[in-house]
Amino acid sequence: MERIPILRMGNFLLVTIQVDMHDKLAITLQDDLTNRIADVGAKGVLIDISSLEIVDSFIGRTLANIASMARVLDAETVVVGMQPAVAITLVELGMSLPGIHTALNVETGMEFLQQTVADFQERDHAWDYTED
Amino acid sequence: MPGTIQKTETLPIKNGSDVVSVRQRVRVWTTEMKFSLVEQTKIVTAASELARNTLEHGRGGEVQLALITNGARQGIQMAFSDHGPGIPDVKLALSDGYTTGKGMGLGLGGSRRLMNEFEIETEPGVGTKITCIRWK
Repeated sequence: MERIPILRMGNFLLVTIQVDMHDKLAITLQDDLTNRIADVGAKGVLIDISSLEIVDSFIGRTLANIASMARVLDAETVVVGMQPAVAITLVELGMSLPGIHTALNVETGMEFLQQTVADFQERDHAWDYTED
Repeated sequence: MPGTIQKTETLPIKNGSDVVSVRQRVRVWTTEMKFSLVEQTKIVTAASELARNTLEHGRGGEVQLALITNGARQGIQMAFSDHGPGIPDVKLALSDGYTTGKGMGLGLGGSRRLMNEFEIETEPGVGTKITCIRWK
């Protein structure tokens, strides 16, 4: 079965979507990612969509689902590299992807994830301290 | 729909891979017609939404792509037809957020915004035909 590969880098999972996804492939990615987050205890997910020539309502909804499921599993999601034409079309279509963090490229996306995870750890440590 | 049809191509919509094929053919057509990248993206996205509707709600069907001219104007026309259950309430189906399928309910209303002209013919138990045009 066709699958989109998921790479692990420390606490983070990285996905680059490089094919024109049919709906089933999008659902498979959603399931695979959710399972991998739980398996490895990932804290962040980065999805690179710079190769995607369109994001329709189904793919948009799949990205939103991934972000929600990741959040429930204590991981942050950032979607990076959306092409300007895709962004214009998405908004006109009526989707503004609420609740999904976005970044212009992989580099700023990784910075966002690292910062978010660092903030969480700091807060956890502060909490430990007050409990002592 | 206004205009003269110059050439056509008919594609089946029977499964999920056909939806991908429709997107790819529409991309080729709009590239050949020299639509801008943003316009191409809008037309391909509308085609994807409507092809999925044909599959999910119309139980499959087909799309006819056509190069259409009206005076000096040139456009792409896409006609999606199925023999499914029809749309009982077109106004409701066009409103954002209304869904009976797996989507977000943006398919019909959203694709109407992405195209210049949009027409729905539907009859309960007979089927649905959605014809839309984007002019250059």
